[in-house]
Amino acid sequence: MSSDQPLTDASTEGQTTQEARMGDGVDDRFNSPLRKAFGTSPFILTKFDKFMNWVRGSSMFMLQFGIACCSIEMMHTYAVKHDLDRFHAGVPRASPRQADVIIVPGTIVSKFAPRMKRVYDQMAEPKFVIGMGSCTISGGPFQEGYNVVKGAEEVIPVDIHVPGCPPRPEALVYGVAKLQEQIANGESAPVTVKPYELEEFGDLERDELVDHLAQEIDEETLVMRYNWTDSP
Amino acid sequence: MSLEQPEPPTGGDEVGVTADGLDYDELAALVGDNVIDREQHVNAEGFVIRPDAVQDTLSTLRNEAGFDHCSAVTAQEYDDRFESIYHLKKFDDPTQQLSVVVPTTKDDPVSESAEPVFRTADWHEREAYDLVGIDYEGHPDLRRILLPETWQGHPLSKDYNQNQPQVVPLREHANPLEEDHSAGEDSDTMFVNIGPHHPATHGVLHVKTVLDGEQIADIEPDIGYLHRCEEQMCQQSTYRHQIMPYPDRWDYTPGGILNEWAYARAAESMADITVPEYAQVLRTMSAELTRICAHLLALGTFGLDVYGDFTAIFMYAVRDREVIQNLLEDLTGQRLMFNYFRLGGVSWDLPEPREEYLEDVRDFIDELPERLEEYHDLITGNEIFQIRCIDTGVLPPEVAKNYGATGPVARGSGIDYDLRRDDPYGYYDELDWDVVTQDGCDNYARVLVRMREVEESAKIISQCVDLLEEWPEDDRDIQANVPRTLRPDEDKEVYEAVEGAKGELGIYMRSDGTDKPARFKIRSPCFSNLQTLPEMSEGEYIPDMVASLGSLDIVLGEVDR
Repeated sequence: MSSDQPLTDASTEGQTTQEARMGDGVDDRFNSPLRKAFGTSPFILTKFDKFMNWVRGSSMFMLQFGIACCSIEMMHTYAVKHDLDRFHAGVPRASPRQADVIIVPGTIVSKFAPRMKRVYDQMAEPKFVIGMGSCTISGGPFQEGYNVVKGAEEVIPVDIHVPGCPPRPEALVYGVAKLQEQIANGESAPVTVKPYELEEFGDLERDELVDHLAQEIDEETLVMRYNWTDSP
Repeated sequence: MSLEQPEPPTGGDEVGVTADGLDYDELAALVGDNVIDREQHVNAEGFVIRPDAVQDTLSTLRNEAGFDHCSAVTAQEYDDRFESIYHLKKFDDPTQQLSVVVPTTKDDPVSESAEPVFRTADWHEREAYDLVGIDYEGHPDLRRILLPETWQGHPLSKDYNQNQPQVVPLREHANPLEEDHSAGEDSDTMFVNIGPHHPATHGVLHVKTVLDGEQIADIEPDIGYLHRCEEQMCQQSTYRHQIMPYPDRWDYTPGGILNEWAYARAAESMADITVPEYAQVLRTMSAELTRICAHLLALGTFGLDVYGDFTAIFMYAVRDREVIQNLLEDLTGQRLMFNYFRLGGVSWDLPEPREEYLEDVRDFIDELPERLEEYHDLITGNEIFQIRCIDTGVLPPEVAKNYGATGPVARGSGIDYDLRRDDPYGYYDELDWDVVTQDGCDNYARVLVRMREVEESAKIISQCVDLLEEWPEDDRDIQANVPRTLRPDEDKEVYEAVEGAKGELGIYMRSDGTDKPARFKIRSPCFSNLQTLPEMSEGEYIPDMVASLGSLDIVLGEVDR
């Protein structure tokens, strides 16, 4: 071990500085606690899936996605004091193609829901969703609004719900930690996925409204249909 | 009160101005035959005019009586008619108010557009069309503004069925690489969508831009991606307790307490409630704390927009915001959605031990000048920042007035308009502070106004702390005696505004004799301020547009409501 060597030693004479620094044997710096835990043989055996799940949970790229009030608390979670980076999840990406977790921070209204669906679709698999705040659970304080989608699960599948209006940053950190735990255990499939209310335009019943819109909308266009009476 | 008193209204050349307010008879004579009736609102008198004489009346009132500020347009439906109300004020003296009421029939709700007189009426009338369904004749572009184009029905009209299914198409956004020939076959302009999911739009704003090279040929903000039916929510809640939580969610940066004050002021003026002095001091202190918090966020995100990274400025701003949020949490119990005001006062006194809390506030105020120095070093003193911001996004004062811009946006254009001083409420007129204005009219001026307003707010807070420390213990009334259920008289109408973090935040309410308002309309400062974006950015470079958008400091929750 290099640190065991006395600073001035006869054997070091004639060595370059670099050689003297390297010493012989493995450098102390590589003898991390992890390395020691492996014992004499530096190998571990694991299932590839398990390893990948651990990796996914330990290195999450979040989508920089702000909707409403909760995004202010989300920004505080990323920033000093709470610093989500400590939990392997602190690099917000502006592009959905580089992100694997989307935090939905706020009320979703009918005009925004198709756009959010598109952003979600653009994310690469595997992807995870954290619903932040009461609005993404049920519409929250705005549930009775004529324009408010009653929860994010009407549009995309949600893995973790963080309740609150808005949740404190600590609550969001806890939600992220729970998601990581789920992913590491390979349990990331959403518990309930409602069928998307997203259909080919041609699938809609030909009622009066559709007939009226049919003149304006291309047959191929995807539409989002809100049927408020059947919503929770 | 501020040492710079507003100039006394120029009584000589404006019709109807007398020493003790407005002479409405003289104003009615000025407008002449257009007035078919007169109404008494709580804040001002209302002139009922013919629907085909809107432009004539408004331009007379603006040019000859000096009503140069159209705060808002409220539309509503009665059992027998539709009604649009134009709330007029003067930038020089906002206590001089006048409502112009335009009734239209149910079968044919057509009224003349005010857009040629006040540019700000453009979006306000589109909103009225969208939500209530009044048709404005002569409006340049009467489309839905908040709801999707394919929406069926007008949700705030009486015969709207909320349970009917709605269909919203997910159209392909126009291809950003496609050549755009909207300016003619030979043009080589390009169409670019910015938003609704974009880091620089501060939420869910969608800006449609047509570029000519790197310059903006045409720009159109598309809003409504966060329209959460706040007006409907307030209309189905009771005055006494249920409405108060909603204002926190309009401007959530957090301007919460300032917003609560807008509702509290309107409701208190309608129900004739007097707030105890001690509660006014508490209100003033907590409101200014949220103002600092909101301005720091504006500063932090502006740094984010201009420098484009998630580093020092943003983190410093969040660091200081955390301190304020802790103070506010100690006071109100919540970090962001305070729900601190009650009609007739506030919900709690200062937390015990009082001395310790006031000491914490004082510590924060004492450290603030040093912190602001840091911001000046990082931001306003930076040469690159100055190149980006000086003389970009220019908004001349006349244009700002025409668009109804208020708050730091107006004060950055040299318009000396601050409701805390000009239309005093709370404890502001007892305190010593100044209204900040800058004459630059550019992005830099707007940022400077916010930074200097933080200093003024700190002055107000430190005076409030002094007052609270010395306040006699047996005189600490935090709430007036307010009946458990409020039922203001039928057909009482009121429009009252306060100076929110972004500008004039007004509430119009009409009572129908029940414990819930019949119409609740929010005049959002961001809604009017955002309208100026095309004026500031057409012909400019696209990065300057992003800086202008940041300097407007919009909050989509308040734009869309």
